[in-house]
Amino acid sequence: MADLNLALPDLAATISLGRFLGETARPGDVITLSGSLGAGKTTLTQAIGQGLAVPESCYITSPTYSLLHEYPGRLPLYHMDLYRLEDAGEMEELGFGEYIHGSGLSVIEWPDRLGSLMPDERLELTLSFSSPSARLCALKAFGPTWRERLELLKSAPFCLVLSGCAEKLAGTGK
Amino acid sequence: MLILGIESSCDETAAAVLRDGHTLLSSVINSQVELHSLYGGVVPELASRKHLENIYPVVAAALAQAGVGLREIDGLAVTQGPGLIGSLLVGLSFAKALSAVHGIPHVGVDHIAGHLLSPFLEETKPEFPYVALIASGGHSSIFLIEDALTFVPLGRTRDDAAGEAFDKIGKLLGLPYPGGPAISRLAGEGNPQAVAFPRAWLEAESLDFSFSGLKTAVACHVHQLREKGETFSLADLCASFEAAVVEVLVEKAVRAAQGLGVTRLALAGGVAANPSLRAALLRRGKECGLRVFMPSPAFCTDNAAMIAVVGDHLLRAGRHDALDLNAVSRWPLN
Repeated sequence: MADLNLALPDLAATISLGRFLGETARPGDVITLSGSLGAGKTTLTQAIGQGLAVPESCYITSPTYSLLHEYPGRLPLYHMDLYRLEDAGEMEELGFGEYIHGSGLSVIEWPDRLGSLMPDERLELTLSFSSPSARLCALKAFGPTWRERLELLKSAPFCLVLSGCAEKLAGTGK
Repeated sequence: MLILGIESSCDETAAAVLRDGHTLLSSVINSQVELHSLYGGVVPELASRKHLENIYPVVAAALAQAGVGLREIDGLAVTQGPGLIGSLLVGLSFAKALSAVHGIPHVGVDHIAGHLLSPFLEETKPEFPYVALIASGGHSSIFLIEDALTFVPLGRTRDDAAGEAFDKIGKLLGLPYPGGPAISRLAGEGNPQAVAFPRAWLEAESLDFSFSGLKTAVACHVHQLREKGETFSLADLCASFEAAVVEVLVEKAVRAAQGLGVTRLALAGGVAANPSLRAALLRRGKECGLRVFMPSPAFCTDNAAMIAVVGDHLLRAGRHDALDLNAVSRWPLN
């Protein structure tokens, strides 16, 4: 069960959510991102980068091939894509544990590969299609600091508008 | 001058011997594609383990095929980045060990620079300056090549690389890895106008690329057809997707050359082996009065010959590295 379901009717809504997460991120934070091909994982990460003040000249591109991209910002952003990895053993050999417990914000795509490296404190985001242009984002907070921040997120102006949409959608049974 | 080139940044372990910057004596590539196809992608730990197993026999084969011994080698050129650190380190450490034991100077080479100079491996070599389009699994960029050591970035992808889009769509459609050749084969039998997938042109002046929206459009299209239970032509879908990628790559490359008044255009990188892309670039180049250069498909994918070409230029310019040379996962040319 998600703690919060947000309907993201368009790209602007995805960007608002990402920016908020970037602006409120703290050192050592971990956000996991799940969702099928084209659900908007890279787009959301780009918006998180905006919120972290990653310079515009640093394009946040897909890390699928290189596995990990690091960007400078208010905090360093570590963008990982574990799609091509098998298990936590490989991740440890690649030194990913050090990033996850480092001083930046780790955004991790395909987190099911994390296994024993899955941190207790994390925000779990799952993106899914509700139409070709709209997405649904399910948020689940693990640990006290993320539960606190989820309350903060719920009362953010953009979120009040969006959660209204989510209830309407849920009401139609979709 | 004899250069031994070594490459291990991603899928292939490769070695090559190049004489005087232009005569290729040998080029050996031990591809891991067969191994990776079991997993639907490159598996990095597997990659570095296989590189370890391959590196010695591949280098030995390159020397044997060239008919030379290490004593005759004047310089070592080795890929330093970008790529997977674990994989890069195999080739880099091997080269540094050879350098230390045999007293041969070594130089670290940018993998992308290798692709950008790969047209020099062909009989007809471009003159400087030329504009180069590089399209591969990890990169989609346009550069101005002023001389053998000066590369000016003009455009790059803002999200996915062209080859990555091919591989991900291939996986979505249940095609074997790598997706590029499988899609290209099917596309040859399909109608490229069957589905009007979007082309991301971005701002009017921009030479950047974006393939993420196209990937999403294809995923949505397939999802809708599957939900409705409709059967669809895989060939038409592949042809339409490929046409959308090729059109943007070609038009932006041509526009880059025209904008700078450069009359030579080169194509490089793994996606440069795609027959539709090659044909479209030749056709548009001819229409626009551009001379088009492209390496043969064997030199489009990762190889060590192109690394030796760059190393030859660097060593001639007096550049060489020390034994503390380290691998770099990302590079300014990225």
